[in-house]
Amino acid sequence: MSKITEVRFHGRGGQGVVTASRLLADAAIREGKFIQAFPEFGPERAGAPIKGFTRISDKKFTIKSAIYTPDVVAVIDPTLPRLVPVTEGLKEGGIVVINTPETPEAIKSKLGITDTVAAVNATNIALETIGRPIANTAILGAIVKVTDLVKLDSLIEALLEVFKGGVGQKNVEAIKRSYEEVKVA
Amino acid sequence: MTIQDEYRKKGWKNLPPGGIVDRPATALEYKTGTWRAFRPIRNKDKKICQNPEACLICWALCPDAAIKRVEPNELEFDMDYCKGCGVCALECPLKAIEMEQEE
Amino acid sequence: MAKAKTLGMMGDFAVAEAAKLCNPDVIAAYPITPQTIIVERLSEFVADGELECEYICVESEHSAMSACYGASATGARVYTATASQGLALMIEIVYITASARFPVVMTIANRALSGPINIHCDHSDAMLARDSGWIQLFAEDCQEAYDSTIQAFRIAEDKRVSLPVMNCLDGFVLSHSIEPVTTLPIEDEETLDGFLPIRDPLYKLDVDAPIAQGLLALPEFYMEIKRGQQEAHLKSLSVIKEVIQDFGDRWGRYYPVVEPYQMDDAEVAVMTIGSSTGTGKAAVDELRAEGKKVGLVKLRCYRPFPVKDIQAALKKAGAVGVCDRAVSFGSTGPVYADTAGAMVGRGGPLVKNFIIGLGGKDITIDTFRTMYDNLYADLAKGEIEEPVEWIGIRGE
Repeated sequence: MSKITEVRFHGRGGQGVVTASRLLADAAIREGKFIQAFPEFGPERAGAPIKGFTRISDKKFTIKSAIYTPDVVAVIDPTLPRLVPVTEGLKEGGIVVINTPETPEAIKSKLGITDTVAAVNATNIALETIGRPIANTAILGAIVKVTDLVKLDSLIEALLEVFKGGVGQKNVEAIKRSYEEVKVA
Repeated sequence: MTIQDEYRKKGWKNLPPGGIVDRPATALEYKTGTWRAFRPIRNKDKKICQNPEACLICWALCPDAAIKRVEPNELEFDMDYCKGCGVCALECPLKAIEMEQEE
Repeated sequence: MAKAKTLGMMGDFAVAEAAKLCNPDVIAAYPITPQTIIVERLSEFVADGELECEYICVESEHSAMSACYGASATGARVYTATASQGLALMIEIVYITASARFPVVMTIANRALSGPINIHCDHSDAMLARDSGWIQLFAEDCQEAYDSTIQAFRIAEDKRVSLPVMNCLDGFVLSHSIEPVTTLPIEDEETLDGFLPIRDPLYKLDVDAPIAQGLLALPEFYMEIKRGQQEAHLKSLSVIKEVIQDFGDRWGRYYPVVEPYQMDDAEVAVMTIGSSTGTGKAAVDELRAEGKKVGLVKLRCYRPFPVKDIQAALKKAGAVGVCDRAVSFGSTGPVYADTAGAMVGRGGPLVKNFIIGLGGKDITIDTFRTMYDNLYADLAKGEIEEPVEWIGIRGE
């Protein structure tokens, strides 16, 4: 059985959680990988906590259930950890990538996380590059840097398919900045 | 404990029949204020809105009925339920309400 | 010459792409979660001039199927999609369309029937229509949803069949899930390189050759007409197999009506329908690696019910659990009922029913482990203790 890497995104409806999970999958499929990306939500409304799932593997897999033991947890909305058990099921040796203005050490102790944490101020990066506090593309840069799941170029290509023109370029800037600025503890 | 927490503890044998909720006003248990990204601030720097009873536009338009009239002539914004939609700020004829980002 | 491309596509997108490829003449549809993306995408194709088609925006699903019925009567190729309450709303016309032998193709993004209201995946909607006379195919993944849509038009319009086809894909689990989908490399788009000829209707409304259609039939005739409909439906199985073979020979992907997985030496097995098959196969792989001789049978074609293929697939197992993602209240799950009917009095395995995944309850590897443990326990006793068991719910 070939390894399947499981990524679970946490955010709120309207923050682009689903888009983030899809862009990661799109990037991987460009590298010839087998992928799956799907959301989990309750009532469809902006602001509701939702999850996005992405599975990536070198070989075809058939599993279709939600992700319960992720290798990577990505938290797009910094207000969520106090409401939702974002690190539930994280595999031993897994990593939490979190959008926060704090340092990884500070956020680790604040949230009581013992796993590896990668912190990036994705909201700020988004505000400065895209001009809106939508952190979903910014956080993908950080994820790629710390997990090496896909190449940065694949992610950028995948993004430019969806976000065209000037908007696309700004999002690329967001990805590149978070790729550079993410810190791990 | 909200009705949701309570029902989550129940198994199929003791959930009420027909998928009902067996008591009224359970929507009040759901603090939609947690959804907020922006909060309304009334009369932030100056006392613009002096006589709310003469207007009541924000009170009438709030989709969540989260603005309460307090005797004799005051308003209270209930942050337990205010979702930060900004309709009050948009519609206030005196521009007495500003929306500020939540922490 | 269009080349085959492998893209990440949501199930709903894949279905829309496939439907576009088949060039329907008329689409009449009404949106309902989780099918909305199919009809939205198709309307975009029409608006952008990528699909030449009469797209009728109707006011309800009942009107949608009525419009499809009327369009099909003129000999047009017709497509629509719905789910759950939408299927329930149109159900009288669904039956009538099959009785008229109109080859409408409809995608169902399987979603639970109310009440309570639930937008998530289960098969209660498809099962509502299981007696309607429509051919019913269930997809395991997004690739199959794409391929099945194309096969559906060919099956439906084959004159030996001339019956409507319902393609099912699990709501959200497949409809909103992106998976790699390889499109077809087609040179001649008009007939998909000969795979899908222009529709030649069994009969049609034609002012130059008038007929009367949609009539009343008194007791003297109704039963005979229905017997003819049943015959066509049962005989469609051989055409379905032909189409499966042709599709596979051309493009390398085969989807048998019943697909055994690790069944040769399986002591216990489950039969699954829809996307849970994928998770089931992963569970089988895990358990096999632990030395347990478990197997799985995927049921792809539910109507017509492929009795002989199921008998052949299940006969050597010791105990079989039929997984239903729906229940017929007052009785068992529907797939179990059909299967038990096929297996009764033939020796063969113990057969029981598992009810799983209603209203979007997630079906996991653990769900399958529980079912296999359960089957082993019954096998050891030599009898089924509980013929119907609901797996994964609180309070059991």
